[in-house]
Amino acid sequence: MTSTRFIITVIGIDKIGIVASITKVMADYNVNIVDISQTIMEDLFTMIMLAGVDSENFDLAAFQKAMVGKGEKLGVEVRVQHEDAFRFMHRI
Amino acid sequence: MLIHPEEILETIHMIKAENFDIRTVTMGINLRDCCHSDIDVLNENIYNKITGYAKELVRTTEEVQNLYGIPITNKRIAVTPIAIVAESCDTEDYVSIAKTLDRAADDVGIDFIGGFSALVHKGMTPGDLKLINSIPQALANTKKVCSSVNVATTKAGINMDAVAMMGHIVKKTAEATKDADGIGCAKLVIFANAPEDNPFMAGAFHGIGEPDCVINVGVSGPGVVNSTVRELKDPDLGEISEAIKKTAFKITRMGEMVGREVSRRLNVDFGVLDLSLAPTPEIGDSVAAILEAMGLETCGTHGTTAALALLNDAVKKGGSMASSYVGGLSGAFIPVSEDAGMIRAVELGALSLEKLEAMTSVCSVGLDMIAIPGDTSAATISAIIADEMAIGMINKKTTAVRLIPAPGKKVGDSVEFGGLLGRAPVMKVSEFSSEEFIARGGRIPAPIQALTN
Repeated sequence: MTSTRFIITVIGIDKIGIVASITKVMADYNVNIVDISQTIMEDLFTMIMLAGVDSENFDLAAFQKAMVGKGEKLGVEVRVQHEDAFRFMHRI
Repeated sequence: MLIHPEEILETIHMIKAENFDIRTVTMGINLRDCCHSDIDVLNENIYNKITGYAKELVRTTEEVQNLYGIPITNKRIAVTPIAIVAESCDTEDYVSIAKTLDRAADDVGIDFIGGFSALVHKGMTPGDLKLINSIPQALANTKKVCSSVNVATTKAGINMDAVAMMGHIVKKTAEATKDADGIGCAKLVIFANAPEDNPFMAGAFHGIGEPDCVINVGVSGPGVVNSTVRELKDPDLGEISEAIKKTAFKITRMGEMVGREVSRRLNVDFGVLDLSLAPTPEIGDSVAAILEAMGLETCGTHGTTAALALLNDAVKKGGSMASSYVGGLSGAFIPVSEDAGMIRAVELGALSLEKLEAMTSVCSVGLDMIAIPGDTSAATISAIIADEMAIGMINKKTTAVRLIPAPGKKVGDSVEFGGLLGRAPVMKVSEFSSEEFIARGGRIPAPIQALTN
């Protein structure tokens, strides 16, 4: 692994409180937002965050579960993927 | 942000809507050090070696899948051809070894295990003969074991005695699994020029030039290529080729990344990336659909071979730039039962066995997952195998045959295997006899293409 940064994507029908609820989970797990962009694409709320994790003891599986669970409650799809998944595909 | 949001969404769309997956992480395990004259000791050695190396394979692969958010559909194991491992064993029958492989596969939680295999392209040893005769019962008494027999190479020619024998073995395997429409035959491949590092089933085995343990990865992604071609606005064929190359590059990069991370975590060598386009029965995740996207009314019509040649070449060009070590089969697969577009083309009457044979001369791998009438003679099956082996031998490429003579079924019926194996419409074979030709036996000499030294 060359970095411990994750791309977090949130896609779904727009409603009040998505950003607040999702970032609350991130704060609970000590996940820092490095960059954030949010837009409406094809009528869908689309938020993309670059997030960093410092802790050696970071529990990715638990964080992913909490994020996906929160997304389900909000009716949006949440994915937490290591940054390399995108770097490898789109950068040489 | 280092990566553009559009690129991020493109990757997510591939996974979510276009069925992009890493088809398999396959661990190759050498079993040569398991040899023993006592069959019980041999079985115990094999079980311990496999479960020792592979105990963390499934867990590690799932961790990597979750880290990157890329689905890894199958975890598999390939072992040294059992004919070699069991040769010194004092026994007449190798079925118990197949059962051991199956038990080890179950206990480590993988999907398939390949290597119940023999390499007999020039001749057979007593161990090879015992293995081949064990195949029908081995496949009938196991769930995850896959078998392959290499009967031809460009360097050695075609062992027609083995070809004649395999016609009978395919029939017996269908008969032994007739309660499940002959599903045993879906796990049996007959090869020319079999690669030693192929991660795909049913033909995976761990070749004799390989290290003790290795990780090979097979990517997939016909759905992604299909969407790419369909999104182009009135392209010419050069533009289609270019778009496929770029897409193949992207999906192969993901396979490379996953393979390297799995091998790093398991502390096992990374072998090769196999950049085959392997379809699934899912709608749109189809090689036939890609050919149709190029402008053919249906797969199987005139022009299909040319379109497939373009596709296969573009996939290789894009993929080979994306990985440090490309190997295995690396081309487009055209398994009929596993590809909804191929099934449709057969049912429309557009795609015949003869056309499929022509298509195999420009792609990997061969006549794959094709159901034929249950009463097809062993000699006809052998003759179909011989034709396909000749294509491989002369063109210096891998070809393979995986036929299912579906017991009690005739043209117009179909057989249902479920899962990745899909559904196969029973296809017509020639009514004319090849009996005398197959009965001659012997060896078709190595072609002039073999004399390269």
